[in-house]
Amino acid sequence: MLTPTAVLAGIGLVSGLGLAVAAKVFAVEIDPRQEEINDQLPGANCGGCGYAGCADFSAALVEGKADPGDCPVCDDATLRLLGEIMGVEVGESVRHVALIMCQGGLSVAHREGRYNGHASCASADLIAGGGKLCSYGCLGLADCQAVCAFGAIEMIEDCIARVIPSRCTACGKCVAACPKHLIRLVPANTQIHVLCSNTEKGAAARKACNVSCLGCKKCEKTFEDDPRIIIHDHLAKVDYLKPPTDQAVVEVCPTGALTVRLLDREDRARQPS
Amino acid sequence: MNLLLLVISAVLVNNFVLARFLGICPFLGVSKKLSTAMGMTGAVIFVMTLAGIASWLIYHVVLAPLDLVYLQTITFILIIASMVQLVELALQKISPPLYRSLGIFLPLITTNCAVLGCAVMSVQNDYSLLETTVFALGAGVGFGLALVLFAGIREVLELAETPKAFRGTAIALVTAGVLSMAFMGFAGLVK
Repeated sequence: MLTPTAVLAGIGLVSGLGLAVAAKVFAVEIDPRQEEINDQLPGANCGGCGYAGCADFSAALVEGKADPGDCPVCDDATLRLLGEIMGVEVGESVRHVALIMCQGGLSVAHREGRYNGHASCASADLIAGGGKLCSYGCLGLADCQAVCAFGAIEMIEDCIARVIPSRCTACGKCVAACPKHLIRLVPANTQIHVLCSNTEKGAAARKACNVSCLGCKKCEKTFEDDPRIIIHDHLAKVDYLKPPTDQAVVEVCPTGALTVRLLDREDRARQPS
Repeated sequence: MNLLLLVISAVLVNNFVLARFLGICPFLGVSKKLSTAMGMTGAVIFVMTLAGIASWLIYHVVLAPLDLVYLQTITFILIIASMVQLVELALQKISPPLYRSLGIFLPLITTNCAVLGCAVMSVQNDYSLLETTVFALGAGVGFGLALVLFAGIREVLELAETPKAFRGTAIALVTAGVLSMAFMGFAGLVK
């Protein structure tokens, strides 16, 4: 009875001591700030910073390879905290949100065929650009929703993706996932947007979708002296460095591609779900 | 020649996963992606070989002379667990890239029944130290072969139109069964 107990206890003791010694010998010094920073980071491991997850990012921060601002997800308060831990100044930054530059749902965009293959925008795009007549529009098969780690994209009834601004962290994953390159990160405090990406001429664009931008230049003329909306390739684009402030400009748009979306106010109006 | 037969037996005929049904948990758990399956394979081969040698030594140096062979299971678990910890500590210091690539798989293997099974089997079959090493290596490679094959199939299966009821784990289990049947074809190659 004594021998087996002693043998087992002996083996346990020896391995325990061995491990204790090994822990001392092989101790790896980790910067204590790394843990602190890790606690502050969002922890979604979205990869928006370019590193493999939040732990990797905090290691890069401590080594001085990255700046706190490289994390597109952190809000200003968190960034200031990170700056305090690291002992660096953090400048002000404008919150961005993703915006899908298409509002051509099934009820307004015309179709030329029916795609019934694998339910993914990427595969639909490979087959003649999907079923819509407009080859620039949202395919509505939710590739962006699938990659969003924050549940910030919903598919609305009209079979088109829509970003929920309050949940969006501007990590940029959906921007890369959209085969039509429809998603842009825009400043959340802007109000007027051109929700169309069709660069075809007016007649062709109108034929494809009721809410397309025709490139008619009516909006551009409104800001003739100080161009805040630029027409390029028959498509209007808002210059987000000096966005239009006068909401009346949307009234000149004949199709409604130019619209008002109060991104930062939508947040508050929305019921928490 | 004997050693070669031992390897063929461990890798193909008596494959740990598909013929002996050991280590099913990681077989299903980390086979969703080929890259993680590779990482797991590396870690298993590494730990299995070391564990085989260590448990052989403990058995023949301590347990057998003292007539305490009935303690083998508990001592093997003890040895394997503490050795994995030791390897993890050492790797973190000596080779951070390898440590990072093995990642979570190393501690996971601590409780892998294939590793314990390999140690127990080499003792049961009365292998010499050299035979034990080769057997453990072969068992690890066999585990890896099954895991990598399975991960490859599962990756392709993701893109296939699977009936709704079979999606996910169900079809994975069916696939594992078919794969196991395929490996039964090796039976009789080596006794």
